[in-house]
Amino acid sequence: MSNRKKKKKLTPAQQEYQRFAKAREMKRPVWSNALRAFIAGGIICAIGQGIQEFFIKYFNFTEVTAGNPTVAVLIFISVLLTGFGIYDHIAQWAGAGTAVPVTGFANSVVSAAMEHRSEGLVLGVSAKMFELAGSVIVFGVFAAFVVALIKLTIKALGGI
Amino acid sequence: MLKGQQSWLFQSRPVIRATGAVGGPFEAEGAIAEDFDLLHGDIWLGETSFEKAEKKLMEQACEIAIERSGLKKEDLQFFLCGDLMNQIITSSFTARTIGVPFLGLYGACSSAMEGLALASLLVDGGYARNVLAATSSHNAAAEKQFRYPTEYGSQKPPTAQWTVTGAGAAVVSVEGDGPRVTAATIGRVVDMGLSDPFNMGAAMAPAAVDTIEAHFRDLGRDHAYYDLIATGDLGRLGHQIAADLLEKHGAPIPKEKFTDCGVLIYKKEQPVFAGGSGCACSATVTYGHFLKKLRKGELRKILVVATGALLSPISYQQKESIPCIAHAVAIENE
Repeated sequence: MSNRKKKKKLTPAQQEYQRFAKAREMKRPVWSNALRAFIAGGIICAIGQGIQEFFIKYFNFTEVTAGNPTVAVLIFISVLLTGFGIYDHIAQWAGAGTAVPVTGFANSVVSAAMEHRSEGLVLGVSAKMFELAGSVIVFGVFAAFVVALIKLTIKALGGI
Repeated sequence: MLKGQQSWLFQSRPVIRATGAVGGPFEAEGAIAEDFDLLHGDIWLGETSFEKAEKKLMEQACEIAIERSGLKKEDLQFFLCGDLMNQIITSSFTARTIGVPFLGLYGACSSAMEGLALASLLVDGGYARNVLAATSSHNAAAEKQFRYPTEYGSQKPPTAQWTVTGAGAAVVSVEGDGPRVTAATIGRVVDMGLSDPFNMGAAMAPAAVDTIEAHFRDLGRDHAYYDLIATGDLGRLGHQIAADLLEKHGAPIPKEKFTDCGVLIYKKEQPVFAGGSGCACSATVTYGHFLKKLRKGELRKILVVATGALLSPISYQQKESIPCIAHAVAIENE
């Protein structure tokens, strides 16, 4: 939609050039990217599952209560890999596979905090920490709010 | 002297008396590493921020160029300098260190040839005897300002480019030994409506073609006049588009003499996507690689067409397209 709107404003010469350039562009390897994301995302989830089982088996957590320490461990691993400068290399290979899980969120917070360390702890690290993650939090909280409203409405109307 | 619409022919043929090219770790592993005067293994250069590291690169390139020219800082009348940082801080802070009367430039990645053209103009017009022109860029500092934090895991498309960490400086003089700047063409801004900052080569290619064609038209030349014509930082995709556009316009440049600094600087196996970019790309390749070949006599006449994408992070977020520019400078051996 917005793309079509933009196209409209272009002059014929610009449109012709864009077709000319597009024909020569290296294509994004969409299928192999999707496959890699599936593999990488799956591996991260499998590791998470393993950690959860570990907490249940050895530390007397239940399936529900094991969630929090599991996420904490995954975040810790992600933060460590970001700090050592490895995470971005994995992400270039894995794409959405490392961006979508909680590890990607942790990476976005820590990478921004590290990047702005040179501007100090107040104006740099703490102020810029959420420059990428901020939008995820805003939309995440808002989406949760909307879903909760829907659930309460259905309940009030006598549904489940 | 003005030639045609937008070109200068320098009748006194100002001399590039000395140059300095400094690079970072990625450039040290690159295809033309031996042509750099100084290479660093650490992107921080022992400094506490990327911005300070870039300033150090620039200062070192200038120091090397001044030292090799045999001149003292007092012999330099002007310092022309540009970089990619907001408010061109690298340039201004280097000018503070050097203490030579300073004019700051901003032409994004075209700044290298903008500086060289203006330095030659000042010398040719008799307004200066020796001018220092320099530009720099730093991969992590540029990523931080224009894109994402360096350690952020975002997947880049194959059309993306890798900002060169480095700096290049040249001393342009009325007299001395070295290759000479004989002509320059100042480009106009060309915007073909592209807005993807991960595909700047395609955005900048029409600007390069526009300037190359203006250069030939103004000076009554064609590609046969030059041994080599190099675009600044179009990368593999942009350079291919430029070559095809020139062919489409009926004035193709033979493949063996048409190249791109962003393609030359790195090895094929380095993970730089479509190639190098940044102010330091055309600066280090020209002042390091090409000038060495000119001095050795392996090249006689070259045209460097430095390309620049004049976007800012805010203009991109506001969905503006990318205005692009290219400046061409002809350098000849004696």
